[in-house]
Amino acid sequence: MGSLYLALLRLGCSRFVWAIQGDRLSELFTTLGDMIRAIRACKTAAEERAVVRKECAAIRASVGENDQDYRHRNLAKLMFIHMLGYPTHFGQMECLKLIASPGFPEKRMGYLGLMLLLDERQEVLIDLNHTNQYIVGLALCALGNICSAEMARDLAPEVEQLLQFRDPNVRKKAALCSIRIVKKVPDLAEIFLNPAAALLKEKHHGVLLTGVQLCTDLCKVSAEALEYFRKKCTEGLVKLLKDVVNSPYAPEYDVSGITDPFLHIRLLRLLHVLGQGDADASDCMNDILAQVATKTESNKNAGNAILYECVATIMSIEDNGGLRVLAINILGRFLSNRDNNIRYVALNMLIKAITVDTQAVQRHRATILECVKDMDASIRKRALELVYLLVNESNVKPLTKELIDYLQVSEQEFKGDLTAKICSIVEKFSPEKIWYIDQMLKVLSEAGNYVKDEVWHALIVLISNASNLHGYAVRLLYKAVQTAGEQETLVRVAVWCIGEYGEMLVNNVGMLDVEEPMTVSS
Amino acid sequence: IHFVLLISRQGKVRLTKWYSPYSQKERTKVIRELSGLILTRGPKLCNFVEWRGFKVVYKRYASLYFCMCIDQDDNELEVLEIIHHFVEILDRYFGSVCELDLIFNFHKAYYILDELLIAGELQESSKKTVARLIAAQDSLVEAAKEQASSLSTMISQATK
Repeated sequence: MGSLYLALLRLGCSRFVWAIQGDRLSELFTTLGDMIRAIRACKTAAEERAVVRKECAAIRASVGENDQDYRHRNLAKLMFIHMLGYPTHFGQMECLKLIASPGFPEKRMGYLGLMLLLDERQEVLIDLNHTNQYIVGLALCALGNICSAEMARDLAPEVEQLLQFRDPNVRKKAALCSIRIVKKVPDLAEIFLNPAAALLKEKHHGVLLTGVQLCTDLCKVSAEALEYFRKKCTEGLVKLLKDVVNSPYAPEYDVSGITDPFLHIRLLRLLHVLGQGDADASDCMNDILAQVATKTESNKNAGNAILYECVATIMSIEDNGGLRVLAINILGRFLSNRDNNIRYVALNMLIKAITVDTQAVQRHRATILECVKDMDASIRKRALELVYLLVNESNVKPLTKELIDYLQVSEQEFKGDLTAKICSIVEKFSPEKIWYIDQMLKVLSEAGNYVKDEVWHALIVLISNASNLHGYAVRLLYKAVQTAGEQETLVRVAVWCIGEYGEMLVNNVGMLDVEEPMTVSS
Repeated sequence: IHFVLLISRQGKVRLTKWYSPYSQKERTKVIRELSGLILTRGPKLCNFVEWRGFKVVYKRYASLYFCMCIDQDDNELEVLEIIHHFVEILDRYFGSVCELDLIFNFHKAYYILDELLIAGELQESSKKTVARLIAAQDSLVEAAKEQASSLSTMISQATK
């Protein structure tokens, strides 16, 4: 009865206030939708600023009166205004007041405001000990997203307890929150080891997903955790992956015909971490990796995402020759996939794979060269990088020829990169000086303006040091300039050369076997 | 995942969620840079851009670009699936979702995202479960509203 009286009193006061403010009534009580519509109807930035100013003033007044009924709506409006880019500092206290309210709708909005308007550096009271699983969920979500190191230390024990909460909804949120905590304070990892391992035995996919992720991140921040999971859980995880791979159709988790690809991928990633650098663990997982690599359907993105993760795992764990070849062949197949996303990730992975097994990657050189000519600029760039890494003494001549041929038809934006790479290859791997000169001249004729100064300076130095090639060089340059005179750099080199060795040109001095006589009048 | 951005074709921001520390100023800069980078990409190019040493995976659905920023060694193809997962859940919730739904019900879009990702990690692979959790929380809100309105009806009756 007492509270009803107080409520009446408050209502009475508010009514009195409404009477005075009269016209402000309509602004005070616009709905969220009304405000959004009003803002969208503005045709100029100045109009919008005016509307926002009016709304902010109304909200400030409402906040000043400690108006509980509209706190909820006020915060929603403030969040929208914040998203438009306006300052909303005066709303921060409202978040805290809403979170402290007992009702669910208030807490829900309050936590959302907390995450949106405040950043990591704010300290807040969190009620993780609530009995309502949704409220605990809100707190865990907010903590997971904005936790600071001090908050992590204070609340870690609570979060660790929640890993065993009765509702799987809370357990999975607690798992992700724990990840945030151990990333902020790695020393806390050890309190999560046992509960994290327990999560791996669950049946609920959400809990499994997050549990596996927690174990993975624990291994990354703590060597002790890595040892622990490696010893205790590798076999269990292999079995878990086998079960997921072989599980029958489950509509709830199906994506493009595969059951829960996300879980597949997280398991593969954990196995990656456990197998890396440990022969026993790697042995344990060979069969299942081979199975995933060979049996996964590769016609939709979900399947390819799994294959991609599988390849990454195979390439990182201890060597099992057969598996590596399998992995690189998958990448080779990806290179010819029509989907350019797949081609792109394959190239990326091949760049990493080169350090592990160059030979296997060399076998796909032809397909990689095709990718240098791809329509997609990011793919061309990646392919070129990869080709550069593949060059060695035995393949430098055919590769350079291919690249120079392509230089003639490539797009303007690409010529710069391409030229730089070709020059670099030629300089590094050139078997004979005469070949070097030939290639450089071709490049200068085709894309001389993209050739950097150091490069053609080096060419000049080389020519002057190769006395037996002076005649050859000057004649070649003379011929080149006649057809490609617009290439400024070519002309510069030619002019220098003719200046030095002009009489060799006119008199056909020092001709090599490969040359034909030329008549040049002085 | 470091952050999630939803940008319209005209460059308007419909949703932003930050899982790594970025100050207000940095956030505005990031949005401007990425909008410029992504909105100008041709339709046939791959869905990944390299940016400041990170990878940004984006996919266009009608007039909205869904963007997620990840580390160099994360699985881009999986993130494409995560984006699709999010879109399908939104679609189920709003019934054939469109940009206007996300404008007028931005807070609901955030609630859904919060059931999907926490601290930048995937939380739930079942769309059905996410839908159920959101529905349960929505009904809690509805129930509280009904209670509140019946209480205020009582009060207004009493003060007549």
